[in-house]
Amino acid sequence: MAEILVLVDHVDGEVKKVTFELLTLARAYGDAAAVWVGPGYEGAKDKLAEYGAGKVYVAADEELTSYVVAPKVELLAQLVADKSPAAVFVAATGEGKEIAGRLAVRTESGVLTDVVGLQEGFVGEHSIFGGAIVTHAKVTKGTPIIAVRPNSAAAEASPSTPEEEQVSVTLSDAAKGARVVEKVVQEKGERPELTEAAIVVSGGRGVGGADNFKLIEELADSLGAAVGASRAATDAGWYPHTFQVGQTGKTVSPQLYIAVGISGAIQHRAGMQTSKTIVAINKDAEAPIFELVDYGVVGDLFQVAPQLTEEINKRK
Amino acid sequence: MCREGVHGMNIVVCVKQVPDTASERKLKSDDSTLDREAADGVINELDEYAVEEALAIKESQGGEVTVLTMGPDKASESIRKALAMGADKAVHVTDEALVGSDGLSTSYALAQVLKKIGFDLVILGSESTDARMGVLAAMLSERLGVPQVTLANKVEIDGTSLKAQRLTDYGFDRVEATLPAVVSVVEKINEPRYPSFKGIMAAKKKPVEKLAVADAEIDAALVGLAGASTEVVDFADAPPREKGQIIKDEGDGGVKAADFLASKKFV
Ligand SMILES: Cc1cc2nc3c(=O)[nH]c(=O)nc-3n(C[C@H](O)[C@H](O)[C@H](O)COP(=O)(O)OP(=O)(O)OC[C@H]3O[C@@H](n4cnc5c(N)ncnc54)[C@H](O)[C@@H]3O)c2cc1C
Ligand SMILES: Cc1cc2nc3c(=O)[nH]c(=O)nc-3n(C[C@H](O)[C@H](O)[C@H](O)COP(=O)(O)OP(=O)(O)OC[C@H]3O[C@@H](n4cnc5c(N)ncnc54)[C@H](O)[C@@H]3O)c2cc1C
Repeated sequence: MAEILVLVDHVDGEVKKVTFELLTLARAYGDAAAVWVGPGYEGAKDKLAEYGAGKVYVAADEELTSYVVAPKVELLAQLVADKSPAAVFVAATGEGKEIAGRLAVRTESGVLTDVVGLQEGFVGEHSIFGGAIVTHAKVTKGTPIIAVRPNSAAAEASPSTPEEEQVSVTLSDAAKGARVVEKVVQEKGERPELTEAAIVVSGGRGVGGADNFKLIEELADSLGAAVGASRAATDAGWYPHTFQVGQTGKTVSPQLYIAVGISGAIQHRAGMQTSKTIVAINKDAEAPIFELVDYGVVGDLFQVAPQLTEEINKRK
Repeated sequence: MCREGVHGMNIVVCVKQVPDTASERKLKSDDSTLDREAADGVINELDEYAVEEALAIKESQGGEVTVLTMGPDKASESIRKALAMGADKAVHVTDEALVGSDGLSTSYALAQVLKKIGFDLVILGSESTDARMGVLAAMLSERLGVPQVTLANKVEIDGTSLKAQRLTDYGFDRVEATLPAVVSVVEKINEPRYPSFKGIMAAKKKPVEKLAVADAEIDAALVGLAGASTEVVDFADAPPREKGQIIKDEGDGGVKAADFLASKKFV
C-alpha cells in the first residue's frame, strides 16, 4: 500500500490528539507515515508508535519553525516528490489549512479543507453553510491534500515500531520571508484542549465579567470539559482569544456543547453547530441558540449554572 | 516602492462577494456550484476588516487602495461597498470561464491579476463566510513568492518594514517581514468604518476596471469547472436537527439539566 503523509500537529513536542485521529484515518487507506517538523521528536515518538505510524520522517531542524508556514510546505513538497504518497493529511487548524493550501499550489494538487469524514478514494465529507448541507468532494488532480477537522474520527491505538528517517530541505529565500521573532504561548492550564475536548462549556456576554467566568470553569471542571467563549466575552477581555468559538475563532465539534449566556449569533454557530448534543442556558426564551439545542433552560445563569455544577458533582 | 505617478504604497485589497449568511444558502443541482440567485450577495464581512486596514495604512503611509475581486457581475455590489468605505479604484475579474473555480484556480487567477497590476501590499480577509477555506492568502504568497503574514490581529508598517502579530492555536507569534507581502487579517484588528453619504456618492464615480480572463493572461484551461482540481461528488440537505426540549427554570433548572445530561450518559 502507498504511504499517506500525516503532518504531526504539535506545540513544542506535545502532540495534539488530532494527529492520532489522522494516523488512524491514514491506516484505513494506506500506510501511515508521520512527518515531524521541529525539535522535540524524542519525547513524542512513543505516542506516534502507539497510534500506528509505520514510518516517521523527522525534520528536526529548528529553522523550519522559524518562519511562517512556508518552510513546512517546502519540506512536505519535497517528501511528496520523493515518496509519491497517496495523499497528505493535515489538521484543519488555521495554520494547517494554510499549509494545505500552499502545498496544493506547490505540488499542483487539489485541496479539500475542513473535511469531517473520509471515504474510499479520498472522498471528503464537508458540512457547509452552518451545517445545513452535507457535501462529498474529491481531488481530481495531483496528490490529494486533505485538511481534516479535529474530532472527525476516533483515534484508535494500533502499536507499531516505526522506521525513522531523518529528512531535511534546503529552504528557498522566498520561504524565509516572514520571520517568527517570538512565539507567545498563552496559559493552557489543566483543561482539555478546546478543539479536542469531548465536552465544551462556553460563556458569553451574559456571564457579565472576567471574575464570573469562574462559574463557567467550575461547570466545565465538573464535566472534565474545555472552556470556550463567545467573541463578546473575548473582546471584552474576560477570556483569552484563543478560547473563542466561532467563525473567526475555533471550530469545535464535541459530543456535548453547553452555551451559557450566549445568544447564538450566526458567527458563533459557525464554530459549534456540528456539536453532537447542544445545551443552552439563557434568560431570553427568544435567543436564537434555542433553535439548535437538544435541551435548553430559560433562566438566570447565575442560578442555573451553579446548581447544575453542584448537581453533577453530587452524582459523581 | 513608488511607481510612476503614484506616491506611496500600492495596496491591493481582495474582497469576495458571498451569499448573505442570514439568508438560505444553496448549491445548484446541475453543477454543484453556489446558487447565487438563491441568496442576497454581500461583501464577505471579514473582508471589511481588510478594507479598513488598507485604508488605515494608506492614511498613515500614503498611497492608493485598489479593490480586487473575482466574481460574477453582481459582485460589483461588494466593490461599491469597498469604494464607498474609501478605496480609490477597483479591478473586477469576471468571465464565464471562471465559474466554478476552486481554491487552486482562484489563487492562480488572482495571482495573475496581481502580477499585472503590481502591488506593495496585498490584504485579504482571514476566510470567506461561504466556502471558509482560509487558504487564499497563503496560496497567493506561494504563487507570488512574497512573505506570508497571515491571521494578523495587529499590523505595523514603516516604510518597507512590516511587523505583525499572527494568531495561532496556542496564542500568537510576532512576525517580521519586508514588503512586498501578502497579509490576511482577523476581525480583532480594527473596527471597519461605515461608508458616509459622501463616500457612497463618490464611489459611483470611482474607476472600476473589468477584466476578462484573456485581459489578465489567465489561461482559461486552468480555471472554472474545466480547470478544477477538485470535484463535488454529491450533496444533500443535512438531516434536520430534532427539536429539543426547552424548559423554564422554576428553581430546579440546574437539576433538570443534570437529569438530561445523565440521560445522555454525560454524568
Ligand atoms: C466578522 C465577525 C466575526 C465574528 N466572529 C465571531 C466568533 O468567532 N465567535 C463569536 O462568538 N462571535 C463572533 N462574532 C460576533 C457575533 O456576531 C455576536 O456578536 C457574538 O457571538 C455575541 O456574543 P454573545 O452571544 O456572548 O453576546 P450577546 O449576543 O450579547 O448575547 C448574550 C446573551 O446572554 C443572555 N444573558 C444575559 N444575561 C444573562 C443571565 N444572567 N442569565 C442567562 N442568560 C443571560 C442574553 O439573553 C443574550 O442572549 C463575529 C462578528 C463579526 C461581525
Ligand atoms: C461551500 C463551498 C465549499 C468549497 N470547498 C472547496 C474545497 O474544499 N476545495 C477547493 O479547492 N475549493 C472549494 N470551494 C471553492 C472556493 O470557494 C473558491 O475557490 C474560493 O473562491 C476560494 O475559497 P474561499 O472563498 O474559501 O477563500 P478563503 O481562503 O476562505 O478566502 C480568504 C480571503 O481571500 C479573498 N478571496 C477569496 N475569494 C476571492 C475572490 N473570488 N476574489 C477576491 N478575493 C477573494 C478574500 O479576501 C477572502 O477573505 C468551495 C466553495 C464552496 C461554495
